[in-house]
Amino acid sequence: MVALDHYLVLSGILFSIGTAGVFMRRNLITILLSIEIMLNAVNLTFVAFGRALGSADGQIIVFFVMTVAAAEAAVGLAIVIALFRHHESLNPESFASLKW
Amino acid sequence: MLLLIPLLPFLGFLVDASFGRRLSKALSGAIACGAMAGSFAVSLVAVWRLVGQPEEAREITTRVFTWITSGDFTAGFTLRLDPLSAVMILIVTGIGLLIHIYSTAYMHEESDAEFARYFSYLNLFAAFMLVLVLGANFLVLFVGWEGVGLCSYLLIGFWYQKKSASDAGKKAFIVNRIGDFGFVLGVLLLFTRFGTIDFQEVARAAADLGPETGFGTISLITLLLFVGATGKSAQIPLYVWLPDAMEGPTPVSALIHAATMVTAGVYMIGRNAVLFSHAPETLTIVAIIGVLTALMAGTIGLVQNDIKRVLAYSTVSQLGYMFLAMGVGAYSAGIFHLYTHAFFKALLFLGSGAVIHALAGEQDLRRMGGLKHDLPITYWTFLIGALAIAGVPGLAGFFSKDEILYRTFASGHVLLWVVGLVTSLLTAIYMFRLVFLAFHGPSRPASAPHAGPSHAVSGTHGAHLHDAPPAMALALVVLAVGSVFAGYAGLPAILGGGNWFEHFLAPSFGVHEAEAAGEHGSEGLLMLVSIAVAAIGIGVAVYFFLKNRAAADRAAASAAGVHRLLENKYYVDEIYDAAIVQPIRIASEDGLWKVVDVRIIDGAVNGVAETVGGSGELIRRLQTGSVRTYAASLLLGVVFILGYYLWR
Repeated sequence: MVALDHYLVLSGILFSIGTAGVFMRRNLITILLSIEIMLNAVNLTFVAFGRALGSADGQIIVFFVMTVAAAEAAVGLAIVIALFRHHESLNPESFASLKW
Repeated sequence: MLLLIPLLPFLGFLVDASFGRRLSKALSGAIACGAMAGSFAVSLVAVWRLVGQPEEAREITTRVFTWITSGDFTAGFTLRLDPLSAVMILIVTGIGLLIHIYSTAYMHEESDAEFARYFSYLNLFAAFMLVLVLGANFLVLFVGWEGVGLCSYLLIGFWYQKKSASDAGKKAFIVNRIGDFGFVLGVLLLFTRFGTIDFQEVARAAADLGPETGFGTISLITLLLFVGATGKSAQIPLYVWLPDAMEGPTPVSALIHAATMVTAGVYMIGRNAVLFSHAPETLTIVAIIGVLTALMAGTIGLVQNDIKRVLAYSTVSQLGYMFLAMGVGAYSAGIFHLYTHAFFKALLFLGSGAVIHALAGEQDLRRMGGLKHDLPITYWTFLIGALAIAGVPGLAGFFSKDEILYRTFASGHVLLWVVGLVTSLLTAIYMFRLVFLAFHGPSRPASAPHAGPSHAVSGTHGAHLHDAPPAMALALVVLAVGSVFAGYAGLPAILGGGNWFEHFLAPSFGVHEAEAAGEHGSEGLLMLVSIAVAAIGIGVAVYFFLKNRAAADRAAASAAGVHRLLENKYYVDEIYDAAIVQPIRIASEDGLWKVVDVRIIDGAVNGVAETVGGSGELIRRLQTGSVRTYAASLLLGVVFILGYYLWR
């Protein structure tokens, strides 16, 4: 039997990996993937709590999150393509022109 | 019905001011004169009704609307006609009407629009003056009080393209404002003391009190009111605006000096006679200021060379007499002099206007002379005016001036009486100096080119001097008749009259003036003294300015210092300029402008802008443009917030 704790720990690990990816990778696509990992870590928490509490609410929210994530991925990738056409680069540091 | 009296001129003002530009001169002049004539007619009817009432209860009150209600304080726009205001409205509308008629001829050279503007101001002036004298409380009086101040500004500065005229207008306005400040303070103090601003209620409340000993609240109130009166009625120290007011058209001077404006201060004191009677300290000040003003202006008038300025100083001097009368408690004598003065001073001004008109704007006495034959109507009417003001027996000025001098003497102020007598002498001298210089003697070259051999080459310039045109002549003749007969309304008992004027006014003052019954002996003696003084004055003028002009020049040269002092009007304007105008200028420029405005006010505004800009400069460094930094700050923020809630 896998207890709730295990799910939460796994979720925490996944979230940390995602966060680390966002900060450490220098490729926009990888960063987007890392954000997906973070989202899924949160999804896992929802589902785990939903099962532990015997409620369907967690799973319902997960569906919403997945929908939003899909839309976000579509928009995000579109922006990445547009940026790449413009700058010939996927490094986020090179998109710093919007500042003082 | 009372409302119609000020309303008609006001409507005339509205019409002339709104449409006058498009009206012909004849029409806009007719509207203004018609408004005044209507007002005069209504005044006559109103006064007739007033006289029909029993003697002690003569009063007509109309509350037009309730103006202010606050707690138990109410001030209505209330008009009240009593004997005092009856005299005043007849003067204002009657003399005012004559001046209007005269003006239609005098101002005929102006363009249509200017002509209408002039008449609209003239009507407005009369309307405000009527509000002033009909107002039943201080608030309504104050409306008129400020209104005539405004109109005097507009009319004195009528020829506003001329710098001296617009300066004179400003001077009149500002000097009056100083007086008005005192007046407002006086009214406020009066309200806190009595809780009402209605004249009758104030008088009733004051009548219950005994005369004040020492300098108390009532003395302070009356003194502040008197400050207002000195501004309006041109007394020391605020008389300086009146001589400069000569920059306006001459009929305006007549209006200001005779019918409106300067009489306001005298009227106001008469209106509050009961109050002033309870403040002997103030009355003494009023009398002293009055007599000093009379003397000072009389001496200045002796040496002035501008025909209108001589008359202006004579007005200041005569107003001094009125204040002297007020100060010794002879209120009806003061108002009597106001009434007779209105006739002969209007006459003199309009006469001088006719001279100036005939000479195409020449005002310098030294360049006049010998006008007697060219301007017969002007000459004879002017002579009547001069005789009247000099106090020649039988004419209006004699009765009123003598009444004042007699009352002064009877009240025990012998010193004031002596000064008044000296002033009377001066009056006779300067008036006849004016008459002789302008109308007698040789024709001066600049003034009368037709007289003498230069006739042939006179060309377009004044080929013949024309006497007053009909409209002007009418006003002159009517006023001359008035100057002769106006005095008989107040014929003193000693000459067989009942002093009807004084009896008529008595209820308005509510105080029983010292009855001088049984003292006819001294009254007769004093009368002879004043007649002698007038005769001496005229004699002196005849000697110096008619028979032997060289002697006048010699006398002036032998007292050159005094002459210069007088010619420069005691340097009062210069002193005021140095003591008040310049310090205010400097303080305004170097203090208020360069420090308060530039440094403090502008500094505060610019300082706020610079502070905001500077802090923005610092904070904008946070916007690095790097996505990673933003994400990190997001994460940190979340961690901190969560951490706070978890470990609190």
